[in-house]
Amino acid sequence: MSVTIQSENGRRAPPVFSVVATIAKTLGTIAITMLGLLFITFVIGRIMPIDPLISILGERASKEMYEATYIKLGLDKPLVVQFFYYLWDVVRGDFGVSRLTARPVVDDIIRVFPATLELATIGTFIGVFVGIPLGVVAAVKRGTWIDQTARVIALVGYSMPIFWLGLVGLLVFYGILGWVGGPGRVGIFYVDLVPTVTGLILVDSILDGQWDVFRDAVSHIILPASLLGYYSLAYISRMTRSFMLEQMNAEYITTARVKGLSEWAVVWRHAFGNIKVPLITVVALSYAGLLEGSVLTEIIFSWPGIGSYITTALLSADMNAVLGGTVVVGLVFVCLNIFSDMLYKFFDPRAR
Amino acid sequence: MTNAGLASGEKQSLRDWLRTETPTSRRHAKIASLYQGWLTLKSNKLAMIGLFILVFLVLVALFAPLLAPADPFEQNLANRLQPLWGQGHLLGTDSLGRDILSRLIYGARITLYIVTLVAMIAPIVGLFVGTVAGYAGGWIDTILMRITDIFLAFPRLVLALAFVAALGAGIENAVIAISLTAWPPYARIARAETLTIRGSDYISAVKLQGAGPLRIIVKHIWPLCMSSIIVRVTLDMAGIILAAAGLGFLGMGAQPPSPEWGAMISEGRKFLLDYWWVATVPGLAIFTVSLGFNLLGDGLRDVLDPKDAGDA
Amino acid sequence: MLEQQDKLLDVQNLWVKFPTRSGVFDAVRGISFSLGKERLGIVGESGSGKSMTGRAILRLIRKPGIVSADRIMLHDKDLMTMSEREMRKVRGQRISMVMQDPKFSLNPVMTVGEQIMEAYAQHAKASKADVKRKALDMLEAVSIRDPERVFRAYPHEMSGGMGQRIMIAMMLIPNPEILIADEPTSALDVSVQTQVLSIMDRLVQERGMGLIFISHDLNLVSSFCDRVLIMYAGRIVETCRADKLHEARHPYTRGLLNSLPRLTEPRERLDVLKRDPAWREAQSVSGAS
Repeated sequence: MSVTIQSENGRRAPPVFSVVATIAKTLGTIAITMLGLLFITFVIGRIMPIDPLISILGERASKEMYEATYIKLGLDKPLVVQFFYYLWDVVRGDFGVSRLTARPVVDDIIRVFPATLELATIGTFIGVFVGIPLGVVAAVKRGTWIDQTARVIALVGYSMPIFWLGLVGLLVFYGILGWVGGPGRVGIFYVDLVPTVTGLILVDSILDGQWDVFRDAVSHIILPASLLGYYSLAYISRMTRSFMLEQMNAEYITTARVKGLSEWAVVWRHAFGNIKVPLITVVALSYAGLLEGSVLTEIIFSWPGIGSYITTALLSADMNAVLGGTVVVGLVFVCLNIFSDMLYKFFDPRAR
Repeated sequence: MTNAGLASGEKQSLRDWLRTETPTSRRHAKIASLYQGWLTLKSNKLAMIGLFILVFLVLVALFAPLLAPADPFEQNLANRLQPLWGQGHLLGTDSLGRDILSRLIYGARITLYIVTLVAMIAPIVGLFVGTVAGYAGGWIDTILMRITDIFLAFPRLVLALAFVAALGAGIENAVIAISLTAWPPYARIARAETLTIRGSDYISAVKLQGAGPLRIIVKHIWPLCMSSIIVRVTLDMAGIILAAAGLGFLGMGAQPPSPEWGAMISEGRKFLLDYWWVATVPGLAIFTVSLGFNLLGDGLRDVLDPKDAGDA
Repeated sequence: MLEQQDKLLDVQNLWVKFPTRSGVFDAVRGISFSLGKERLGIVGESGSGKSMTGRAILRLIRKPGIVSADRIMLHDKDLMTMSEREMRKVRGQRISMVMQDPKFSLNPVMTVGEQIMEAYAQHAKASKADVKRKALDMLEAVSIRDPERVFRAYPHEMSGGMGQRIMIAMMLIPNPEILIADEPTSALDVSVQTQVLSIMDRLVQERGMGLIFISHDLNLVSSFCDRVLIMYAGRIVETCRADKLHEARHPYTRGLLNSLPRLTEPRERLDVLKRDPAWREAQSVSGAS
């Protein structure tokens, strides 16, 4: 006289239909959010400046160019219509032309984005492979010096201006100690030596077999990447610790101990196994945060990524470039957030 | 009874009055619970350090003219780039010969100005939006929350940069830009609290007595949101200072010759390798103040939201 | 009185203390009892120290809690002198524990099968196929009708009764000699309680195990166990055989018995238990069998 199981089936893979529906819903959410962002950038670009044309063309534009652009941008039309023109342009990838480089903004962005990706990826690697173990140990050995050290590391990470720490790092490790390469992605002698395949010099130099370029690139990327990595690991270790503390107090941990498992198995197989999925969200958020952090860091290291692109454009009031960059960074941000949500639902057995 | 006896007797009764378990009036209860909170905070040494740093900042800003050894704007090109302790300048001089210590002290005023403004604008806007959305519900809620979510979905600093680019450089514009990106989390918190409180019996009771929505929101809901918001503001301040410094570093904040700390770092950057203190010292100031807010915020969270306290 | 060699467990003068900001809190205050191949019930209200006793035996109480005892003998070995490594061999393999709520006591992200296999593989060397076979057998032994499906499922997909049966399977698969059941049915619906209890009872009898049944429910314990210990404020106030419970003498026990409504003795008012502070101060009664 036994009770039947509540769930109808033991199937693990969701039927294809619900996967497609989830993807469609996700894309929809991204679209609506991007619509909001584009509205904000539209307002910033067209409504906030006193004369939007001046910010796009510069103050010394000729009268003919001024009038031509006036009509081209549809500034004589009502705002709502302008917004739709704007949307239409963006969807086709047209962010206008940069005043500084005289090239389409979208081309510029494609050119500079890989540099930032390189930094953010390596930084996140550091954050994950140092931050997660640190967080786990800090939680398990709560109150000991390891925990206190992790806490100090995180506290400093939340309080220190990243651009200042970058400067200090350059001063110490490049200026005084000479351990690493200086500003820029590669030394002057190595610029443009390697054909661009992916845009990531580290990868391209390996592909081309030029090991000295690779070594030089490494010595240049190590400092900015470590800087971003520090901020990443401060955040990730804090979140890991917090998640682990929650788990370590749970009843199923006692069960695992009752079974006679070693503390290692209890911590890593059981407790950590339960936080793997929320950690995905944390790592995605950290990656997104590094993209943002690179905005202030790149300018210090003369790193030709999207961060320094935006800040340089900012200083010359090149609105097309600033807004184009904002939209792209915003898009990546939004996608990271939403995809991490999706991954969460996919991997957590309780959510199925 | 001698005088001494009387004095100690009175002192005893003040402390007893504060520690009482049976308050005699509403004000008594409020003061007593504030006192209890203060005691808890006091026992947290790190939070006390944070408080000390912030009080120090306020005092330095207030008494800047008395404390600064020199005029922060006075240039002395013959004396430029003096090292620490050089020539009577405790922290040296910058590229235009201005005393760095004095500039640091006056810069505290700018930092305090920015922090205070943002701390007033962003949480209040957020509180308003959040409570209205939470209380009204329906399509008002949906629209307001959609707007909030859109702002939340984007990188704060990049968005602030874009705002400042359009508004133009300047300290007030920097404040507006930062506030525009800082309010959404408060709206979220306020809405969550409002939703929790909205269904309570005592709100229904007040409604039955004839209170209109405005009165309910202002007199009953806002006070209860306060503790979460205060904690959040204090913790946020660290990030806001960093953002303001970032904008200053990019030249988008207070304009020269203003002694804004971020701008000072930028000015010192050219001379980093040989005259490192010009860029390094202001950064330490930013770090210290930010750290102060973080420590105090952690401590306040332990007092006001004990269930969130994760560190022992 | 059982002979020494028939005693599975012998606890002497067990104390469990927790230092707090306002002094040391004594959860268990110097209790002694022994366990043979019998079903021993420990009954008490919340805060009586009964759960702490169970956990102390398994040395599961972590800092800042302090456990001390003259000895806790498992046959001829003193558990109090064992290293953590030796204790890990005891846990699961010699003494096991079933906990209250399977919603929380089972790992939510591991399948039922994985968790049961882990319990077995920890103490036995066998091939994966053998381990799986044993796990499935164990699921059948706790009257689960479709062991293959349950094996692949996750704990949250199971009902409370199923979950508790899985817990029992998991805890009995390494073949321990003693099972501690800490409020095993308190989280279950009444209709399911008897079912789970009878399964547990059957298995304990079949394997000749000793059972310590911890509960707040005096009725349940008296109908299910051979012998009962009544705990109050960290001490044992009375011990007697389950069938002789109505002859209990201590005022606390009598109070508990009297506060239970009975169909056969209808009363106008139920008695309210009056706690005498003297009970807290009295010496602990020995629970030796």
